[in-house]
Amino acid sequence: MIRWLLLFFGGALLGGIVHLATVIIMPRTATQDAYSRLARLAPVNTVTALPAPTPENAAMPFMDPAFASAVCRYDLSEGPLKLTVPVSLAYTSVSFYTRYDVAYYAINDRAAGRRVIELDLMTAEQRNQMPEEEDVTAADRLIVESPTRTGLIAIRALAPEPGLVPMAQNTIAAAQCKLADEQKPSR
Amino acid sequence: MRLLLGSLFALAVAAIVGLGATYLALTRGAAFSALSIGSWTARPKTGTIDADPYARATIARTGQLPIALGDGVSFTAQADDNGKLLDGRCDVVLSGVTPAARFWTLTLYNADGELVANSVNRYGFTSQEIVRRADGSFEIVVAPRANPGNWLPTGGVERYALVLRFYDTAVGVSTKAGREVPMPAINARSCP
Repeated sequence: MIRWLLLFFGGALLGGIVHLATVIIMPRTATQDAYSRLARLAPVNTVTALPAPTPENAAMPFMDPAFASAVCRYDLSEGPLKLTVPVSLAYTSVSFYTRYDVAYYAINDRAAGRRVIELDLMTAEQRNQMPEEEDVTAADRLIVESPTRTGLIAIRALAPEPGLVPMAQNTIAAAQCKLADEQKPSR
Repeated sequence: MRLLLGSLFALAVAAIVGLGATYLALTRGAAFSALSIGSWTARPKTGTIDADPYARATIARTGQLPIALGDGVSFTAQADDNGKLLDGRCDVVLSGVTPAARFWTLTLYNADGELVANSVNRYGFTSQEIVRRADGSFEIVVAPRANPGNWLPTGGVERYALVLRFYDTAVGVSTKAGREVPMPAINARSCP
């Protein structure tokens, strides 16, 4: 009897370890997380508008139907990314997520304080490699450091009433995310 | 033989306890640092890089993108103020005021986080669409059949959740439940 009780407690203890391990491994093995769902819809390093959620069809669960939204699935292995989002009349926000869907930074139109939200996204390593003088002139340049090489940027514009949906969609349609190097020759 | 049986027994217990606890934690929504006001619960920390492992696992399992804290805060209610689970066949009234925010939205979802189909294609309200009383308070009727005023249709589903999201707000990680954060009351009015 005691032998079985001991085995039971040993098993329960091992179960605790199994529990912690599965919780920690979960994000790395999930196949239906937001990043994997969006990977099917959104090509890398460009802005893809998401269809408005309906009862039959939604890109992700718990999307806010009052917003027009778009995502930019990024991969920084070829260099930093430049993001430009025009600001709509109501409310516009840009949120950054790691590969495992954890939000690490967000900015809204008011915090940006301009008519266009302009950001440079790079890894910590790329930021360290940036030339010194560029860093100095970059006083009003917003630099965001991504903790992971890949991830998601969610761009969202609010339509406070149904009549303003086209306005919100236009804002989203004008948003751009590009590799910073690609953009240089054209400017 | 006894050794083999014993170790198999211990391993079976480990698997049941471990996987069972993980399943329960992720489906019941276990996460640290929840902020509960009335029937509403928010987990502001889930929208930051400091999200705990349970929050991260829940995000991965449901497949949603949580609202980043710099963007807003999302409150969920699954029961009314008497603790009864929200039932789409009943008339439920939301009344009161909300904490200060530039905009807020109220949305009704089923248990899987999908919008609920209804005859008027209304899935929620924004703060600008609401008809208010002179003192700024409002009343929203969440019911299966049309009601005068602010009517949010339930489509007659058995279980639903209300999600109230505040955008550009001071409510956040350091907020304590109390007088400075008034949330609307949820009361069941009639149930067939």
